[in-house]
Amino acid sequence: MKELKLMKGNEALAEAVIRVGCDGYFGYPITPQSEILEYLSKEAYVRTGMIVLQAESEIASINMIYGAAGTGKKVMTSSSSPGISLMQEGISYIACAELPCLLVNVVRGGPGLGTIQPSQGDYFQAVKGGGHGDYKLIVIAPSTVQEMVDHVKLGFDLAFKWRNPVMILADGALGQMMEKVELFEQIQRSFNPPSWATVGKPKNRERNFITSLHMEPEAMEEINKHLQAKYKKIEEEEIRFEKYMCDDADIILTAFGLVARICKKTAMLAREKGIKVGVFRPITLFPFPYDELNKLADNVKGFLDVEMNAGQMLEDVKLAVNGKTVVEFHGRMGGIVPAPEEILHKIEEKFSVEAL
Amino acid sequence: MNEKTMLEENKHFEEIIAEESICTNENLVYEKPETLTDIPMHYCPGCGHGVAHRIIAEAIAELGIQEDTIGVAPVGCSVFAYNYFNIDMTEAAHGRASAAATGIKRVLPEKYVFSYQGDGDLAAIGTGETIHTCNRGENILIVFINNGIYGMTGGQMAPTTLPGMKSTTSPFGRDVAMMGYPLKITDLIATLPGVYYATRCAVNTPNNVRKAKKAILNSFKYQKEKKGLCFVEIVTNCPSNWKMTPLESNKWLEENMLPYYPLGDLKTPNGKGE
Ligand code: SF4
Repeated sequence: MKELKLMKGNEALAEAVIRVGCDGYFGYPITPQSEILEYLSKEAYVRTGMIVLQAESEIASINMIYGAAGTGKKVMTSSSSPGISLMQEGISYIACAELPCLLVNVVRGGPGLGTIQPSQGDYFQAVKGGGHGDYKLIVIAPSTVQEMVDHVKLGFDLAFKWRNPVMILADGALGQMMEKVELFEQIQRSFNPPSWATVGKPKNRERNFITSLHMEPEAMEEINKHLQAKYKKIEEEEIRFEKYMCDDADIILTAFGLVARICKKTAMLAREKGIKVGVFRPITLFPFPYDELNKLADNVKGFLDVEMNAGQMLEDVKLAVNGKTVVEFHGRMGGIVPAPEEILHKIEEKFSVEAL
Repeated sequence: MNEKTMLEENKHFEEIIAEESICTNENLVYEKPETLTDIPMHYCPGCGHGVAHRIIAEAIAELGIQEDTIGVAPVGCSVFAYNYFNIDMTEAAHGRASAAATGIKRVLPEKYVFSYQGDGDLAAIGTGETIHTCNRGENILIVFINNGIYGMTGGQMAPTTLPGMKSTTSPFGRDVAMMGYPLKITDLIATLPGVYYATRCAVNTPNNVRKAKKAILNSFKYQKEKKGLCFVEIVTNCPSNWKMTPLESNKWLEENMLPYYPLGDLKTPNGKGE
């Protein structure tokens, strides 16, 4: 049965976590996402028996995830930028040990302690590594409160399908704003320990151990090759994106998350003025939709990449476009959300309207 | 050395032993518990880690909980502990073993969970996790190996290095005015209400080995009864980095380590111990 509710992004995400049948949440309060921990503390255990534990730090919570994810249970944590920075060592271990889990970053403005206002300044950290060594998270970027719900389900599915940590990269505004959401039905918590999980060794199988330590360089290279091959397959199979009025567009705005929604409004305003603008929104940031973007580059005068940072996804957009046409950039930082009119103004400024 | 070459080497030793005529089944008085693997340990000769592993493995075997026990290895000399225990294990990040153990125990509350951590891991980089895991009263066992030095990285000063004790980073001896005091973390955590049992043992003599094993056995029993956190410190040696023979190191341990870290219960179910 479909259920419609008016919910805050963080609470909608937490509600989805309960409904997806999650077994455990380990986290530490940090603005602007503490509602996730608060909502789960109130609702989760009583409804499904899901474990919710407030850890002493983000370092502790990610290592609790490491232990718990190793049992094959469905576990997750959430935090915001400085907290996610603290988790990076643990995330690298989890990626190397190939443990499925869901990580949520409700990004705030940085660097440093920064601001509690929304930002997209953690794109590099999420998509390009963040921790040490060659690893990848699967990164999905919701742009609506509805997607805050849907991506929880998608995130766990991808995490278990690929034995890989998945990160939902949201931002402070998405976490805080209220929208109508359609909630999926409660999925019963269930447990079928995967063959690799550390759940206690039955007599009839070899012991399982979870480690990211491989002292011989040859062995470590094999692990790396295996991971890279997996990431390549993920790139082949899991790319998700949304195209909005791109078919006849002369200029395409590239943006992810909340900014893509603002860009849609810009596209509408532009079209009222006779400027054919479309929006291309990567939903998966890793894997990034390079090929699709490259194809679009054949038919447009140029791209304007818009982000709430100094130009991070911009590098991937440029890689995708590969010099076929011009890629301009407009970014706001420090917690400022760009307005649709501001973006339209940038379009007019960067691409003279006559040229269209 | 990979697992295969280790096993091959082990086979070689077995062949030598097999030649000794006294090694017959009738003469068998002591066996390797099934909770230890056949992989030869990488620990230095005379190191206390081997004995500590063995008593934990024996306790698990004797209690019949091999199928239900999950261990967490640290970073340090015992980073490869998961190679030696024939149980499911996780190798945690440096200092975070008790957090990883918390995660495991919380989602699998009916299983037995223990972490095995050295002094650098547990009492320096992982102090926060140690204290909070203990303070939450997680129903797990923490085995704390205290040899007063960083073994794996080659003999640097540990939080437990004794005053005046030389290490590669306190080459003139630990100067407490500069470097602070050795941390008696077991005394500290024994004050926490979440801790059910805290004790300090050693494995330098047969009698101490027996006591240490009893402490491990008791801890697993308390865990079964969901009593809360059990903390077993084992004061041990590091002949390699103390730059002593195994025998000298045990003597040094008795004369120097044990006066600073006296053996005995720090917290027992009936209140303060011995
Ligand atoms: S370095 Fe010290 S603690 Fe490490 S195995 Fe050797 S003797 Fe044992």
